[in-house]
Amino acid sequence: MRKLALSDEILLMVDKPARYIGGEVNMQVKNPAEVEIRFCMCFPDVYEIGMSHLGIQIIYDMINRREDTYCERVYSPWTDMDKLMREKNILLFALESQEPLKNFDFLGITLQYEMCYTNICQVLDLSGIPIYAKDRTDEHPIVIGGGPCSYNPEPIADFFDFFYIGEGETSYDQLLDVYKECKRSGKSRKEYLEMIAGIEGMYVPSLYDVTYNDDKTIKSILPNHPAAPARVKKQVEMNLSQTFYPTKPVVPFIKATQDRVVLEIQRGCIRGCRFCQAGMIYRPTRERDLEYLKKCAFEMLKSTGYEEISLSSLSSSDYSSLQELVNFLIDEFGTKGVNISLPSLRIDAFALDVMSKVQDVRKSSLTFAPEAGTQRLRDVINKGLTEEAILGGAMKAFQSGWNKVKLYFMLGLPTETEEDMEGIAVLTDRIAREYYTIPKEERNGKISINTSASFFVPKPFTPFQWCKMNTGEEYITKARFVRDKMNEQLNRKSIKYNWHEAKLTVLEGVMARGDRKISKVIYDAYRSGCLYDSWTEYFNYDKWQKAFEDNGIDIEFYNSRERSLDELFPWDFIDIGVTKEFLRKEYRRAMEEKVTPNCRQVCYNCGAKVFGDGNCPAINKDQTMEVTLDEGEN
Amino acid sequence: MKVRIKFRKYGAMKFVGHLDVLRYFQKLFRRADIDNEFTKGFSPHQIMTFAAPLGVGLTSDAEYLDIQLLSSDSPEVMLARMNTASTEGVMMIDFHPLLEREENMRLVTAMSLVSTADYLVSLKDGFNLGEIRTQSEFMKLFTCFMNEKEIIINKKTKNSEKTVDIRPMITLTAYERVEYENLLKAVESDDDLTNTIEQNISELKEQNPVDIMNKPLSVADIYENGIRLYLQMDTGSVANLKPELVIEAFCNYYKLPFEEFAWQVHRLELYSRNTETGKLISLDQLDR
Repeated sequence: MRKLALSDEILLMVDKPARYIGGEVNMQVKNPAEVEIRFCMCFPDVYEIGMSHLGIQIIYDMINRREDTYCERVYSPWTDMDKLMREKNILLFALESQEPLKNFDFLGITLQYEMCYTNICQVLDLSGIPIYAKDRTDEHPIVIGGGPCSYNPEPIADFFDFFYIGEGETSYDQLLDVYKECKRSGKSRKEYLEMIAGIEGMYVPSLYDVTYNDDKTIKSILPNHPAAPARVKKQVEMNLSQTFYPTKPVVPFIKATQDRVVLEIQRGCIRGCRFCQAGMIYRPTRERDLEYLKKCAFEMLKSTGYEEISLSSLSSSDYSSLQELVNFLIDEFGTKGVNISLPSLRIDAFALDVMSKVQDVRKSSLTFAPEAGTQRLRDVINKGLTEEAILGGAMKAFQSGWNKVKLYFMLGLPTETEEDMEGIAVLTDRIAREYYTIPKEERNGKISINTSASFFVPKPFTPFQWCKMNTGEEYITKARFVRDKMNEQLNRKSIKYNWHEAKLTVLEGVMARGDRKISKVIYDAYRSGCLYDSWTEYFNYDKWQKAFEDNGIDIEFYNSRERSLDELFPWDFIDIGVTKEFLRKEYRRAMEEKVTPNCRQVCYNCGAKVFGDGNCPAINKDQTMEVTLDEGEN
Repeated sequence: MKVRIKFRKYGAMKFVGHLDVLRYFQKLFRRADIDNEFTKGFSPHQIMTFAAPLGVGLTSDAEYLDIQLLSSDSPEVMLARMNTASTEGVMMIDFHPLLEREENMRLVTAMSLVSTADYLVSLKDGFNLGEIRTQSEFMKLFTCFMNEKEIIINKKTKNSEKTVDIRPMITLTAYERVEYENLLKAVESDDDLTNTIEQNISELKEQNPVDIMNKPLSVADIYENGIRLYLQMDTGSVANLKPELVIEAFCNYYKLPFEEFAWQVHRLELYSRNTETGKLISLDQLDR
């Protein structure tokens, strides 16, 4: 029988002890004594969130295919367990073997959102691994970072031995092979890092020096070692139909946030919304083959017993074989009581037909993300959704019985005016008015609309990376302005309106575009008790503010400054394929309120085709027009 | 077809709560390709009922789950399929179709049949029971305690607190396995339960690819200190007593420190009482 790291007493004192016991269905079982490399994948948030993440499942499955390596998992202990572990000096352990992380060769941490940064410190600290990479010795695991936030790794650069920039499928084997060699020949941690710095996509922060200008902006980011390249090139798996897919994902005992099979149908997005980081960093758009997906869906449902399957992508409607895939899923599994969930679907006739087959109309709601209140601002952000499309889609849905609508908007977008803000209330009301044009006897009771506003955070590698961000106070003022406008609407009683935590957004802004100086702030915030910052009940802005003050770091410098077009950014040494030139042009087009068509309509040579040796998989040869977006056009 | 499944819950699975066990079985049935009957309606779910849900931290030799199937293979094959789809800590040991009851009896669920349960309560190693060090000392004290005509405790519910005499709810006490089994014979109906389990297990040994048979008759954890107690008590919707309450009452009686996490409670069996004969019949012998 498996031995647990924690005593019965401790497990019975905490909430949801199943977070810490491992042993789930499809967990990999290996004898740690029989492998050469111990690897632990970490999602620095609570178990239920971490277990819902596809990326870890992919890498877990992929690394465990190697006989010489045992890949295990760890998540942030919840606050109750965190307290007990500190009180009783218990070291954080991996779920599989229940052995301390401290003894592992690697700890890989996925960085999915900025507000998990204090949890990184927690995981390292509870494991007995020095939080700062410079304090680690050959006895400690090598700490790797990856995932979307590693596209600006600088705010957390001090905590990591290296970052893997890009998709995990391409280079882990090489990293582990080199490690095995180093271990056998008795090479040091430093020697290993110098060796892998030469592998494409690997960023070893200790091998780079950053210098600053007098105005605190960055002067240079330069390698201090011959093995380190000046630019680190993002890794991309170009053939998504002949690669690893976890057909036996681990099934948690307790209900995870994503309690279903996740089928990733494509990576990247052809749309090019200007605020969206994923839309740029995951370029080029690549689809998985229909037959491959059918096979994966079948095997995963069989191996997990899940009663639901969800298609995952940035924009499902753009997947070429969506109809065939959905019809297959309905025919094959619909009769067996398997639910099919289709997030990020454009509301059109096909979508409504599918939704009426797979969802309970009475319970489910329609979701639109117009992001901005007026067509002008939607053009600025390049969100192709028009008011006619929203109203038309909503009307069709209303006629099929739907009466619940969710709307997502952003406040604080570049060039935003009062009219744009008011537009949020006006558009919301217009949808309600549309509903009430249906004769009373034909409609399904009252409409209920949930409008939610988040605050815009400029992200690296987007056309808005130069933009200034609003302050917390400005956000709140804007959110209240919209609330007042909501209250003036005819259908205000059918509308629920809420907005996000503004102070959290401010911090997110600093983390998103911060530089290496931020590491110390994160460290101090963690030491003063900050943890689980993305959980409102634990978020403590005052402690953060103090950490900024103590380090003489000015939030305004990172958030409230319009950056000049030639400023060198902390993340500029990373090469995502998409060029800075393209982003700059897109920024200009945004200011001119010009829409840029999607990748299947026109190719503006963003630069991502470099990954296909000049051939972009998003391009449809018969439909796409190639245009170079040059200065003359602007 | 209505089927009753008997399973054991042990090891790390004791930390998985009842609702999650329910979800575990929903998925297990799908993995094992079990042809479950679903409820009607827009969001159909598998029809299943558990008898007397087990609390977090408890282990068990006798958990029961009733399901409805549209088709089925032989019990041996079904057990093998389910055990292959299961993970360490949940082991199916019996699968049998239930006799179809009269039309008006069909709503009888496993839950409502339960009247009585047997438990093994053991002191975990590393914990102390005051000055008591050995099983014989414990036995002496507990026997005296049980000789009381009434044992009054304060029973707290969500809304109120009331005093209850729990003495009549405890129907058997023993200190050794053999003693316990001998006492059982007096209260059980003629079917020999122990033999049936042994027989099931030897059948399982033949057909089951999962190596379950190196396991003893019970999956209860054994502790070195040897202090343990077999208890039979009222369980279910009519009267319900938890073993922890008995231990707490015992500790209070002798002014011994009661430590919440010091005791491992293990369920040995669940019974239904025949209202005419007053005899007990374990749920896996019922409606065969």
